[in-house]
Amino acid sequence: MKYSMLSLLFVSFLAFTACDKDDDQPVVRYEQEDQMGRPAINTVFVPSGSAKDAFNTTTPAAMGAAYTTVFRDRLLALNAGYTTNLLTLDATTFASVLATDVLSVSLTKPTTFYDGTNVLTGRTLADDVIDVELILIFGGPTGGSNPGLTSDNVSANDRPFLSSFPYLAAPHS
Amino acid sequence: MFDKTKQWKAVKLTFVLGALITAACLIAADHIDAPGVTSGNGGSVGSDITDLYAFANGDNMVFVINTQGLLSPSATTAASFDEEVMLEINIDNSSTKDQIEDLVIQATFENGKVQVYGPVAPVTMGVNSTRVSGSPAVEAGITTGNNPIIGDANGIKVFAGPRDDPFFFDLGRYLDILGGTQSGFRNPGVDAFAGTNVMALVIEVPKSRLGSGDINIWATSNRKL
Repeated sequence: MKYSMLSLLFVSFLAFTACDKDDDQPVVRYEQEDQMGRPAINTVFVPSGSAKDAFNTTTPAAMGAAYTTVFRDRLLALNAGYTTNLLTLDATTFASVLATDVLSVSLTKPTTFYDGTNVLTGRTLADDVIDVELILIFGGPTGGSNPGLTSDNVSANDRPFLSSFPYLAAPHS
Repeated sequence: MFDKTKQWKAVKLTFVLGALITAACLIAADHIDAPGVTSGNGGSVGSDITDLYAFANGDNMVFVINTQGLLSPSATTAASFDEEVMLEINIDNSSTKDQIEDLVIQATFENGKVQVYGPVAPVTMGVNSTRVSGSPAVEAGITTGNNPIIGDANGIKVFAGPRDDPFFFDLGRYLDILGGTQSGFRNPGVDAFAGTNVMALVIEVPKSRLGSGDINIWATSNRKL
């Protein structure tokens, strides 16, 4: 009797956890493996190995507190002469902005990663995001410091993008 | 001149230090960014996100999540989306920008089709995700060749399949600079991603479904528990 009560409870527990309350669709749960907001953030600023996996499974709300110091140290390791950048951000402020890895998107302004006027209103396929990041890391307050390091001199994709959906060029075959 | 040389030496020295610290650090957009989503042979698995794009097209917003980077043309033929992986666009449209998702757009890959759910309030937030209930807003066959199969329903478009990797960067020279064997970029540079493909997910949604003003977004890949 006790056993059958328990198994009944168990069965109803299973049924409860396996089914959505509103309908009989199974509840499908997932665990996060990778995360990305802005390009090259995890790859450049998070140390190799398990730290990268940890960053990928940290929620954006927790990233600022957990990673600002790590990012500032990395920024100064890449450019010991860093003072401020074109956006007038000092090392700690720049690191804190970068550490929360989300992409800011404007629903009203034209989309650009950075066009000299608009900053981070999204990211188009053609935006030269690497040059923008190199300038912000190495270019100093005017963008003119370390000229050999502020552009990789690759300014466009190898194939033209489409003007209509799905926008990306056909695959290489 | 002296200051410049001194400064350059400092930069160079820190590059070497940086290279030692980061050892095998590969900078790309987000390609092969973590051991947890990289297979033993150096390739990436279905949950490796290589890039995220978000751009306006009139009254619509286009989201692109690329996965499984650096696919050669032959590797592309064999590539597929992992049916155990759900890709998700997380959207924070709160006025305070608390970096917590208020809306999600979810994409699953089953039986040769891509299904898109949302944009809708998430069932669970944070590092665990629950697929929202109900029917997909739109679905489409997963493209295998050059001609894109496009799903279009409820104002939302979707494409899933192989495309040219839109990312461009002289990765090789950057690694040489980090390694201390080069002092600056070359001109012209060499795009390390030329000729390579990604497995792409493209979703176009009316802006009115996303909020107003400014939003913050991030992409996640999530494995079925």
